[in-house]
Amino acid sequence: VTGLGPIGEDDIQAAVDGRVDAPRCGLVRDYLERTPDAAARVEALREQKDALRERLQAKAEEPIPARLRVAHLSGEIGRRRRGIFLRRAAVVAWLVVGGGIGWFAHEYFQGHSTDVTSEAIAAHRVFVVEVRHPVEVAAAEEAHLVQWLSRRLGRPLKAPDLAQHGYRLIGGRLLSAGQGPAAQLMYEDQNAQRITIYLRADPEGRGTEFRWAEAGGVGTFWWRDDAFGYAVSGTADRKRLLGLAETVHRQVAEASR
Amino acid sequence: VHDLAALIEPHVPALRRYAWALLRDDAAADDLVQDCLERAISRWHLRRRDGNLRAWLFAILHNRFISDRRRQQRRGHHTAIDELAVEPASPSDAESGAVQRDVLAALALLPDEQRAVVLLVGVEDLSYEAAARVLGVPIGTVMSRLSRGREKLRRYLDGDRPAMLRRVK
Repeated sequence: VTGLGPIGEDDIQAAVDGRVDAPRCGLVRDYLERTPDAAARVEALREQKDALRERLQAKAEEPIPARLRVAHLSGEIGRRRRGIFLRRAAVVAWLVVGGGIGWFAHEYFQGHSTDVTSEAIAAHRVFVVEVRHPVEVAAAEEAHLVQWLSRRLGRPLKAPDLAQHGYRLIGGRLLSAGQGPAAQLMYEDQNAQRITIYLRADPEGRGTEFRWAEAGGVGTFWWRDDAFGYAVSGTADRKRLLGLAETVHRQVAEASR
Repeated sequence: VHDLAALIEPHVPALRRYAWALLRDDAAADDLVQDCLERAISRWHLRRRDGNLRAWLFAILHNRFISDRRRQQRRGHHTAIDELAVEPASPSDAESGAVQRDVLAALALLPDEQRAVVLLVGVEDLSYEAAARVLGVPIGTVMSRLSRGREKLRRYLDGDRPAMLRRVK
């Protein structure tokens, strides 16, 4: 409906709506003056438009219902968003609580033994590499070593004999565990491969079965027996460590009988 | 909230009128407006600052109307022509003449897209450009729908009722 082209249907509609572009105003007016049919049609459509507006006007004059007030709606939206937020927060909270429960349950049911394991592995790493002072008390003083460790750990100990596996005792040392003393016994095979037995009181532990743990290339089999935790650690393969652990377990059980 | 209310609320009467003209059901129309306003408020930050707020609101309303319609159609719900042609009893218009009654009855007989243009341009005073934006169609489409819609209404109001009904059916 721009420019000065011939009058078309768009011009008729624009005339009805009073939206004829300024440059065409004269053209359209002239056309309607010359064409009574078109003028009558524009007039009829204007009346129709007015009738429609009039008929619908009552709806626009009604007061806005409370539920369509912006203040009300933004409150609703805020409430809904808070609801969504709270639901999400609740999910997160449950995840956290669940994680916490899981964590503490883990600590409670397994934590002690896991501690024994990590202590054992850490101690193994620290002392196994020692060439000059791998042990505090050498195997030559085995009687003294066993007596000393037994006294400190509060339980009669006996150094397991692992000769059947090719390992000989080279000595032991007293260590500080989280809550009290721990003992480490070190063995070595003819290739100077070392394994350690770590033991300490573990009064709150549960279960007596063998378990396997591994960290940084050091493997450990650990178990509990009569409120004591034992761990046999080394870089030997798992099968070999298991054989060693079984022997230690059997000898400890026999000694405590 | 006060700014928002001051900007939006002046348009609410027109939105209600448009919604009612489309649906001709008080509760359904206000539901539609409420839906529209909730969207407008929650998407307030997305509107173009320099844009036409009135057209933006009408566009939201219209889009809600279309998607509700489609949902109804998917559910298999359809409204019979006769049902649409029934005048909603509005006690306040007892003084209204037969012509006005007929305008609304005729309006109900138009296809949705023609009715929307006739209302947006003729009643809500949107420019052709704004109506095109609201409906998401080219301005030429707005003009042709306007022409056809108004012509149908005119023939109906001129007493061409049987022909009209035949054509619609």
